[in-house]
Amino acid sequence: MRTAAHAHSLRYVRQADHYLCVRRGVAEPPRLVLDEGAMLVARVGGSEAYAATSDLSLRGLQQALERAEALARQLAGHGLVDLAPLGMVEGQQDYLAPGVKQPFATLADCLELLQAEAGRVPNDARFANWEASLGVSEVEQLYFNSAGAQLRQAFRFVYPGISVTAANDEDSQTRTLGRENFGQQGGLDVLQRLGLAGSAARVADEALQLLLAPNTPEGPRDLLLMPDQMALQIHESIGHPLELDRILGDERNYAGTSFVKREDFGTLRYGSPLLNVTFDPELPEQLASYRFDDEGTPTSKVWLIQHGILLRPLGSPLSSLRSGLAGLANSRASSWNRAPIDRMANINIEPGEQSLEALIGSVERGILMRTNRSWSIDDARNKFQFGCQWGQLIENGRLGAVVKNPNYRGISSSFWRGLKGVGDRSTLEVLGTPNCGKGEPNQVVRVGHASPACLFSDIDVFGGRE
Amino acid sequence: MIAVERFEQLAQSAIDGLRPGENLSLSLEAEASEFVRFNQARVRQAGHVRQAMLTLVLDDGTRQASIQLTLTGSADDTGKVMAAVEQLRHLLPLLAIDPWLASNTEVWNVRKATQECIDETDTARVVDHICTAAAGLDLVGILASGPIYRGFANSAGAFGWHQAHSLHVDWSLFHPNGQAVKAGLATPGWDPDAFDRQLALGRQQLEYLGLPVVTVKPGDHRAYLAPAALDELLGMLAWGGFSAQALASQASPLQKLYSGQASLNTAVSVSERITGSLSPAFSSEGRPRLDLPLITNGAAGERLVSSRSATEYGIPCNGADPGEGPVALDMAPGELALSKVPEALDRGLYINNLWYLNYSDMPAARLTGLTRFATFWVEHGQIVGPVDTMRFDDSVYDLLGNQLLALTQERELIVSTNTYEQRHTASSRLPGALVNRLRLTL
Repeated sequence: MRTAAHAHSLRYVRQADHYLCVRRGVAEPPRLVLDEGAMLVARVGGSEAYAATSDLSLRGLQQALERAEALARQLAGHGLVDLAPLGMVEGQQDYLAPGVKQPFATLADCLELLQAEAGRVPNDARFANWEASLGVSEVEQLYFNSAGAQLRQAFRFVYPGISVTAANDEDSQTRTLGRENFGQQGGLDVLQRLGLAGSAARVADEALQLLLAPNTPEGPRDLLLMPDQMALQIHESIGHPLELDRILGDERNYAGTSFVKREDFGTLRYGSPLLNVTFDPELPEQLASYRFDDEGTPTSKVWLIQHGILLRPLGSPLSSLRSGLAGLANSRASSWNRAPIDRMANINIEPGEQSLEALIGSVERGILMRTNRSWSIDDARNKFQFGCQWGQLIENGRLGAVVKNPNYRGISSSFWRGLKGVGDRSTLEVLGTPNCGKGEPNQVVRVGHASPACLFSDIDVFGGRE
Repeated sequence: MIAVERFEQLAQSAIDGLRPGENLSLSLEAEASEFVRFNQARVRQAGHVRQAMLTLVLDDGTRQASIQLTLTGSADDTGKVMAAVEQLRHLLPLLAIDPWLASNTEVWNVRKATQECIDETDTARVVDHICTAAAGLDLVGILASGPIYRGFANSAGAFGWHQAHSLHVDWSLFHPNGQAVKAGLATPGWDPDAFDRQLALGRQQLEYLGLPVVTVKPGDHRAYLAPAALDELLGMLAWGGFSAQALASQASPLQKLYSGQASLNTAVSVSERITGSLSPAFSSEGRPRLDLPLITNGAAGERLVSSRSATEYGIPCNGADPGEGPVALDMAPGELALSKVPEALDRGLYINNLWYLNYSDMPAARLTGLTRFATFWVEHGQIVGPVDTMRFDDSVYDLLGNQLLALTQERELIVSTNTYEQRHTASSRLPGALVNRLRLTL
């Protein structure tokens, strides 16, 4: 390709999806997606611009590159950052994620599995809705640049799920397995890890239990969060606040800023000494595991918080250049038509030493919550309120009554300092969501969160409207 | 970018290749967009995106499947479309008979195209104006502009084409103390005078944001919700609230309203008003959209019904998209003059924007969320100072029920700045709301 740009790159993304759902015993029409395109980036001096196109002919790509180069020239002088000192990655490497080489089950087999599972929901008029679903997404990415980089990666993402809603004249309660809380890389092994087959009856029973349960009592209690709520808690009040582009102000008009300041790294006590948090794109099955980010930077595991002390932000080499803080491989885009920005990938809490029984046994007056259903946090990622599907009171070291509408609220900057128990590896689950929204223009990316069960002291909990 | 003639050719080629008993629809969503991000009134990231997504839905009268594919804009697209139809054709026999299948046989023709108002090469000129005008201000935000195309065709003979050019600049101005005011400009083309006026207004508001911050304690407070704040509230309700499927599945936040167990203040009337809106006059599944009263004088009205819900629940389809959310929400005005709002508020919170709403208890329509951008404490009808971010947790049946004191006479047209996957065309027209009590919790 021809260009007078001082540096340029091409990022190609091809994504093939299928989504299947059986709702109230009826298979919904299958939805397939086949999307492909490329983003060309041109840098002229310290100015950079992109052009994204779905015309993948050489002519189409050439036109896009010329357009990017022209825009980079036109906007020179208005740039926030002089990009000239920013290097480009080099090297050639391929990465095939787990399961990519093995064919997935046929669509007919998948539908049969979902139909069978949906059929396990008992016949009860109180079930207003029930669904068994499966999303599969296969992604290939290429990254080439003028420094000679040739990087190829291929992934398969799997999203199984069950949802049952039980309702009466007064209320409705939904219980789920998987869905928004659970996505992993791999093949049919993902469904086995979730335990999809044979779970619908239990999920339905839990929805009925919730419908009949009293509201969560109001007041301060110790709070035991299971991994499928911890994932959300980590995401909103550790992952986002540590994104360096937020700290640098890029997101202030949309996703927001952060209560964390540049000078906090290396000194801020983010949590109790039990808190150990890593950026870990290397767990093969986790949703945001990869070898290179979308600007080619190679990944490695990095400790963000160690023994409660904040060490590192989530910043790309560009954000590192802007801030003077250490960077990592987190420049990511939703697809070929959006430019990479600072993102989480897999943000995980390292396991501790207590079994679930020991955690519960240590609580005099508390509540266990599992499975996120509601999330809200301020633009600095500080004041939050989260809600779960399932609550169970803990009294004198024993699990007790089921309660519905379990909500809790707190402030990130103090919440993690109240961490007083971290579950061992037996309590750890590898979870993730494909729906993390951010950026202008807006984009969603896949993120992963692995966490053990965690216990927090003296949290403000409450239920629904009486 | 794809033109109406090319879309017609593609559709005709695909339809000509159908076999007896097959029905096919084609729904196009395409755009050519200029995106420029700003931080500190300088360019953070800039580029161009050219994309065209075509969704094909094939049924054989008993089973249905769909595929969305990216078009290249070249002659290759005909082959891609034909191959995709063939893929669906092979898939259909693997499926069970679908009892809720709704073949669309309505025949209609709608064509609407506005003239191009901004040359795509003018981006640099617009950026130059913004950066120069905002020099010295901490402006953060985005410019998004260019043509948007929506097309629909099916084998029954329906055809729709919607082509519009739009430009929005969505920005915030930050005071050094961290307080910020939000502003926006949504026009068919670049209007430098309108931008300058909005920017001047923002400069004035920055002065108020520089006043000493007022600490407000959790508890009940009188409050005024400006149209943008009310838009966040209604936006949450719109997420399944009026959906026929959500209501039938007991998953709507307005379940109690639609079952008659609860009502809103009689001043509240909300409708889907497609006529005169920015949205296409046809849905993505090829049904003409209708103007619909959703809430009338505080009581439930119509629900939004897609083709599939119509079959599943035996009710008439009224042109909703499969997601059954409103695309042109219109709330009736009230009687309070905007100029009288501070006086009517007297003592309380003047809230310009809300942020990150979600449910504390969805069946009870109980929501939580936060203030964001230019929230002020008012005493004796005068601004005392800005208020730091506060969380509320309250029920819509209270806020827009017995706690609603008045709606403003004036309404604002709020154009969606949503750019997830593509630039969206939804909009809402809303008044502001004065409420006797907003419950702050944190």
